[in-house]
Amino acid sequence: MNDKVTIKGRATGLARIEGLPIIAVYVVIAVLFMITAPGTFLKYRIYQSFMSTVPVPLILGLGLTLVVSAGEIDLSFPSIIAFSGFVFAGLYKTTGQTLMPFVAAVAAGAFVGFTNGVLVAVVGIPSIIATLGGQFLWSGLTVILSGGLAWNIRDVREEFIHVLFTGRVGGLVPAQVLWATAVAVGLWFVLNRHRFGEHILFIGDNSEVARVMGVNVRGTKIALFILMGALAGFAAVLLTLEMATFWTTQGTGMLLITMAAVFIGGTSIFGGEGTVVGTYFGSFIVGSLEAGIVATGIGGFWTRFVTGLVLIIAVVIHILAGKGKDLAGIRFLSFAIRRRPKAERPPVA
Amino acid sequence: MAEKSFRNVLEMADVHKYFGKVAALKGINFEVGRNEVVGLIGDNGAGKSTMVKIMTGVFPPSRGTMYIREQEVDFRHYNVQRAHRYGIETVFQERSLGEKQPLWRNFFIGRQVTGPLGFIKIRKEKELAQHIILDLIGFRGAGITVDSLVSKLSGGERQGISIGRAMYFDADLIVLDEPTVALSLKEVQKVLNFTRKIKESGRACVYISHTISHVYEVADRFVIIDRGEMVANFQKSEVSLKELDEFMLRYSSGEAAS
Repeated sequence: MNDKVTIKGRATGLARIEGLPIIAVYVVIAVLFMITAPGTFLKYRIYQSFMSTVPVPLILGLGLTLVVSAGEIDLSFPSIIAFSGFVFAGLYKTTGQTLMPFVAAVAAGAFVGFTNGVLVAVVGIPSIIATLGGQFLWSGLTVILSGGLAWNIRDVREEFIHVLFTGRVGGLVPAQVLWATAVAVGLWFVLNRHRFGEHILFIGDNSEVARVMGVNVRGTKIALFILMGALAGFAAVLLTLEMATFWTTQGTGMLLITMAAVFIGGTSIFGGEGTVVGTYFGSFIVGSLEAGIVATGIGGFWTRFVTGLVLIIAVVIHILAGKGKDLAGIRFLSFAIRRRPKAERPPVA
Repeated sequence: MAEKSFRNVLEMADVHKYFGKVAALKGINFEVGRNEVVGLIGDNGAGKSTMVKIMTGVFPPSRGTMYIREQEVDFRHYNVQRAHRYGIETVFQERSLGEKQPLWRNFFIGRQVTGPLGFIKIRKEKELAQHIILDLIGFRGAGITVDSLVSKLSGGERQGISIGRAMYFDADLIVLDEPTVALSLKEVQKVLNFTRKIKESGRACVYISHTISHVYEVADRFVIIDRGEMVANFQKSEVSLKELDEFMLRYSSGEAAS
């Protein structure tokens, strides 16, 4: 009886801000680094560096947020970073064009996503297995096709596409962070305000309910994996442009940090809910840990350890914060600040 | 919507269903009049669920015909979506609502109110959801809002939400498949009240249950099936709850002996 009154009310004020707990965690970490390493963290340069490196895993994480919201997983995106990077760099080297290689790279990613989607939604292979296979297959194919060589595409720095995607706006802001932010805003609207996003949420929640209510579960899943692949293809182009190099193992190591960013952000592995805002800040948390730890002087060896710690603490916070969509999460933060109402106090033994 | 001058919302004629060699339904003749609440009673495995699934487009029968508003159904093109379009909605015990989603999303999933680019008109959907909650199913003062998550609702309230949704989408026939399984007595009363709302709003209902006392409270007529065959058909005026109970008991003990 009692819980009806307390839980069902509309979340108000602060609690309605999506991803608030994780924004708070980000601020805490940033302040911590400013105190421990003021020489680095009170200067603009380090933030410029984050804004050029974080967008690639961020865009991957944004796509993955939608995939996880649908109750699926994608392990194959690191191979798309390699494969689409290969397509882009190869076509640029051979033709000298930039637009066509860009479109081809995104299309290559979308195609990998399409094969994932068909394996998952039509053949019925669990996505963790289908995309694990895809990861090996497409990264393997990239090595075969490129002969295992890295290519320097230094000339691309002179092209308009380099300025467009990875230039420094006003000499200060890396363009890729603006693109990644635009992707985040777009995907927030897709997930929270679009029919496609609602179908994703219901499929992740209970795909049988979605089917019975007339959602095209197969089609939605295929479209979702295509979207994930295309985003990874775009991220691959950003990375290849920023580095002006293609190498066959690019993307290796991005799997775990991207997944960590998504789960630190508060998206549930059980599907049915996902937070784009959380992933956005989660990506910056993961992206700033290494630099922060090194600058603090603890030593780079601690990076993984601390990343793991942050991941676990963040997930515990999300669980304690409850599963309210509008993140009644603030309840966790507020119980330290605010006194509990009397009625909720356990009786004195 | 479609044809308005019909006598029966739904009619099944000589419907058979086989699963491999097992006959689940053996020549069922069944009809539901407009604004009639039919209680479909039978033991586990009697064929109730099979009948529901044929009615609601989950799978076709092996043999036989079905009419919706006196139009013959073409089973080659009949499915759940088509059934919705014909005005037949099902409320399943566990498979009707997305647990982690707010009520307003649950009302319109698959049938969203959208703008030109497929973006959902959230304000409009919430207004309509409010109308469904307050006017169609009459949740008042229970602390339920359009933003409440389904996971916070009781079992009876969930059935109410599903029934409200079906009523909103102008179903002529609402099929309730074991709506009171695993519910407390108080929750059962809620579901029975929602069922009365279906009747009051001029719609028809098929109420499937093996708890006879629940069915007896709301149904106008009782159809009893056993091992894929229809064994009895009583109007409520013809039979008391006690007699119905005894009939079922005699039937199932007779079965046990044979």
